Amino acid sequence: MSPASPGAPLLALDGIVKSFPGVRALRGVDLRLEAGEVLAVLGENGAGKSTLIKIIGGAQQADSGTLLLDGRERRFRSPQEARAAGVAVIHQEFNLVPALTAVENLFLGQEPTRGGLVDRRRERSEAEALFRRMGVEIDLDLPCRRLSTAQQQLVEIAKALLFEARILIMDEPTAALSAHEVEKLFAIIGDLRRRGLGILYISHRLEEIFTIADRVSILRDGMRVADRPMGGITRDEMIEHMVGRPLDQEFPARDRTPGETRLEAVDLRRGDAVRGVSFRLRRGEILALTGLVGAGRTETARLLFGADPRDAGDIRLDGRPLDLQSPRDAIREGIGFLTEDRKLQGLVLRHSIRENFGLPNLDRWSRRGFVGLRRERAELARHVDALRIRLADIEERVGNLSGGNQQKVVLAKWLARDCEVLIFDEPTRGIDVGAKHEIYLLMNALVAAGKSILMISSELPEVLGMADRILVMHGGRITGEIPDARHATQEQILRLAHP
Amino acid sequence: MILVLLLLCAFFSAVTWTEQAPTGEAAAKQVVEAVLASSSPGARVLVVAGEQPGEADFVARAERDLAAAGRRVVATAVGEPRQAREALQKIQADGQTLEAIAATRVAGGWRILQDVASEFPSLGHPRVVVPRSHRWPNFLKSENLLNIANQIAVIAIVAIGMTMVIIAGGIDLSVGSLIALSAVLAAGFIRDHAGGVNASALGMTLGCLGAIALCGVVGAFNGLMITRFAVPPFIVTLAMMLVGSGLAYLLARGQSIYQVPESFVRLGRGADLFGLPNAVLLMLALYGAAQVLMSRMTLGRHLYAVGGNAEAARLSGVPVRRVLLFAYSVSGLLAGVGGVVMASQLKSGSPTYGNMYELYVIAAVVVGGTSLSGGEGRMLGTLTGAFTIAVIQNGMNLTNVESYTQKVVLGLVILGAVLLDKLRQSRGLRTL
Repeated sequence: MSPASPGAPLLALDGIVKSFPGVRALRGVDLRLEAGEVLAVLGENGAGKSTLIKIIGGAQQADSGTLLLDGRERRFRSPQEARAAGVAVIHQEFNLVPALTAVENLFLGQEPTRGGLVDRRRERSEAEALFRRMGVEIDLDLPCRRLSTAQQQLVEIAKALLFEARILIMDEPTAALSAHEVEKLFAIIGDLRRRGLGILYISHRLEEIFTIADRVSILRDGMRVADRPMGGITRDEMIEHMVGRPLDQEFPARDRTPGETRLEAVDLRRGDAVRGVSFRLRRGEILALTGLVGAGRTETARLLFGADPRDAGDIRLDGRPLDLQSPRDAIREGIGFLTEDRKLQGLVLRHSIRENFGLPNLDRWSRRGFVGLRRERAELARHVDALRIRLADIEERVGNLSGGNQQKVVLAKWLARDCEVLIFDEPTRGIDVGAKHEIYLLMNALVAAGKSILMISSELPEVLGMADRILVMHGGRITGEIPDARHATQEQILRLAHP
Repeated sequence: MILVLLLLCAFFSAVTWTEQAPTGEAAAKQVVEAVLASSSPGARVLVVAGEQPGEADFVARAERDLAAAGRRVVATAVGEPRQAREALQKIQADGQTLEAIAATRVAGGWRILQDVASEFPSLGHPRVVVPRSHRWPNFLKSENLLNIANQIAVIAIVAIGMTMVIIAGGIDLSVGSLIALSAVLAAGFIRDHAGGVNASALGMTLGCLGAIALCGVVGAFNGLMITRFAVPPFIVTLAMMLVGSGLAYLLARGQSIYQVPESFVRLGRGADLFGLPNAVLLMLALYGAAQVLMSRMTLGRHLYAVGGNAEAARLSGVPVRRVLLFAYSVSGLLAGVGGVVMASQLKSGSPTYGNMYELYVIAAVVVGGTSLSGGEGRMLGTLTGAFTIAVIQNGMNLTNVESYTQKVVLGLVILGAVLLDKLRQSRGLRTL
C-alpha cells in the first residue's frame, strides 16, 4: 500500500461540480482524505453528500473537477472501476443477497474455483480468518436475511476488506444500530484506521462524530463551508455551519403539564418479543420508550396499533377497553402510528404525495365511495404550508422527496386525521438537523393541544430533550421508568437498558 | 401507448389501401343517381347484373328506384354475358331504343356492354352506367372496425378484472378456464333446464347470470386462499386454472353444447343501439364503470395502495384483505361475463373456449402500461392494449399473413410495445 507519489493524500477532490436538470448539486467541492484518518462529512439533506459519495464511488460522474487517488488523477465510470481502485461504499441499504449466507455474499461475483467448481472450503477458511481479524463472530451458515442489521453491516465491511479496499465510505452506518452495537462498530473502525484505511464517515448524529472522527468537512448547498480537525470545532458551530444560521435551542422548550390518563396498556404479551408490558400515557404528555434495538419497543407499539395480534393483555383508551383487530380499528379509535421505516411501512414510494397523504383519510373526505378530490387537495395544501414541506408538485412521487420531507408527509397523513394518541417510532431517523428541529416543534404543539405522544427513540439526547417521562425496555419487558426526564442522564438510561 | 395503436392503425390503413367498389343496394343507389342525372323521365333503361350474391339486391333496388323516378326499365339481365346479349338482341328485334344501361361493376366489365355501340347500332348509343369506385383502406371500413371491436370484446372485458388484480399486486391465471366454464355452464343450463332451442329469454338470462355468479364465486375462492392462507396468487390461480378447465370438460362431457335458441346470439352478435354491436357496448359500459372506480373512488385508491406497498397500506388503515378479495372476485365475475359473451357470439358453449386467453389478457394489460409489480396502471390503458392486440391480428388477417407467422409477429409486437413505453417513460423522467 505505498502511495504512488509520496506525500500526496490518499484521496483528493478538487473543484468537483455536478449538476442535474434544475439543480446544482455540487458547486466546486474540495476534499482531502489521508490514509489512517476518519473524515466525517456533515450536511443537511440536499447539501450534496449523497452526490459526493456517488462520484467517489463511481456511480455518477462529475461535470468538472478532478479526483486524485495517491496523487494520480482518476475518473471512475462505474462502481466496479472504483472498487477495483480500492474504493468501497457501504450504503444504508445493504447490497447483500438476503437468501445467501455470509460466505456466499462475501465472494459473490469473485468465487474462488477449483476445477471449475466453487472452492467452498477455501471460501470458508478465508471468511473465518477475515471475521477473526475483525474480532467478530457471525454464523456463516445462516442466510443473511436472518442476521441482525449490525451483523449484515459487518458482512458488508468484510466484503470491502476482502477486495482490499483502501477507502471505505460509510453512509449513516449507525442509523439502525443499538448503542452497544455502535460501540462494537467503532472499535472495528478504529482498527481499520490503524491499518491505514481512509474512512469517509457520514452521519446525522453529532455525538458519535466527536467519538469517531479525526476531522470534519461540512457541506451546505453543494459547497464545503468548513473543514476542521475535531478538536477545533464545537457541536453548536457544526450545526450553525450545516444550517447556515445560528440555531435556537436544539430541543425547544414547552410547558409540561400532562393531564389524565388516555391510553393504558395492561400486561401486553406477544411471543418472546413483548413479555408483559404495562404503562399509562397521559393527555398532553410525551412518553419516551427507549432501549436497545430488539428490546421490544416497536413490537409493543405494533400491539397498541393493532398491527400484530396480541397473545394477552388489555389496551384501554380513556378507561374503555379497545378490541383492536387491525390498524383500521386503531385508526378509528384515534390512534396514529408513524412507523420507524417510512420507506417500507410509512409510504407507497411510487405514488404521489397526494395519494399517500390521503390514504388513511379517505373516509373523511369521501362520500358514497367517491373521493372528494377538492377537499383532499385543500387539506394537503394546508398541511404542506403548516409543516413547510418542500415540494414542486403534490402529484410528484413521494419517493423523490428528501428524507426529511418524506417524514413530514407521513406526519401530515396522521395530523390530517387529528389523532388523539400518536405513536412516533424513531421520528427523526435519517433526517437533517433543521427538519428535526421542526418535528420537535410540531410534537410540542401537538401535546400543547392535548394530544398524547408515545415516542420510541434510540437517540438518547432526543429522549432526554423531548420526553416528559421515560420508559426503558429490555428483553420484552419494561426495566425501568424515569418519571422526570429533565433530571435524567444518559448513563441512567443505559444502565436500565443493559440490566 | 395510444400512439403505438394509432401508428399501427395508420400502417394497416396504408397497406390495405385498395380500390373500393360499392356493391348491392349501395351500388344501385349510386348508379340510379347517375342515370337520373343524364336522362329525362320516360327514358328506357336496361339493368344488367352478374350472378354473385348481392347482385340480385342491385337489380331489385335499381328497378324499384328507376321506376319510382319515372324511368322505364325495359328489361333486366342477370347472370352471364349471354343473358345480356339476349336481352339486347330482343330489344333491338323489337325495334326499340335504349337511353342507358345500369350495370354492376362486374357486368360493366363484360365485352358485350363495352361494345354495345358497335354491335347494336340501332339501339341509339345507350350510356353504360356502372358504380364509380374510390380508393379507401380495407382496414378503415366501418364493418372492419366494428369487427375488430367485436373480436376483442371478450378479452377486453376480462382484462378489466385482470387490471385490478395486477394493480393490486397479484395475478389471475384462472380467467381463461373460467371463460370456458362460464360458456359451458350457461349453454348447459339452457339445454338442460330452460328448454334447449326453445328456451325463453328468462331461461337464457338465468343461465347466463348463474354462470357469471359461479365464476365470481371461484374468483372469491381465489381471493380467500390468497388472503387467508397466504398462498401466492400465481399458485392459487394456476391450480384454479386446471380445476376450472377440467370442470368445464366434465360438465360438457368433452363436447360442444349447441342446443341454444337462435335468439341467444343477440348479446354477442346483435346491434340494438346506434349500429354498435351489443358486446362492444357492454365492453364500453364496463370500462366506463371501471375507470370511475379506479380513478375516483376510495376502493380504487385502495387497490393502487395495496399493490404499491401492502404493508404501508395496512398500517394506513386500508382493509387489505377485503380489497384483494374484491379484486379477485371481480376478475372471476368478468371472466364469467366474457364466457357468456363468447358463447353468445359462437352460439354454443365449449370447454375449449378461452384456451390461452389468460395470456392474451395479461398481454393486453401489460401492453396498456400496467406494471406487473403492482401499484401502477390505468384502466383505459388496458383498453388501448387490448385494441393494439386486436388491430395487429386483424391487420395481419387483412394482409394475408399466415397464422403461424401471426403468432411470431404478435409476440414481437407485444415486446416492442412494452419496450417503447419503457423508453418513453425513462426519457420522460429525465426531462422532469
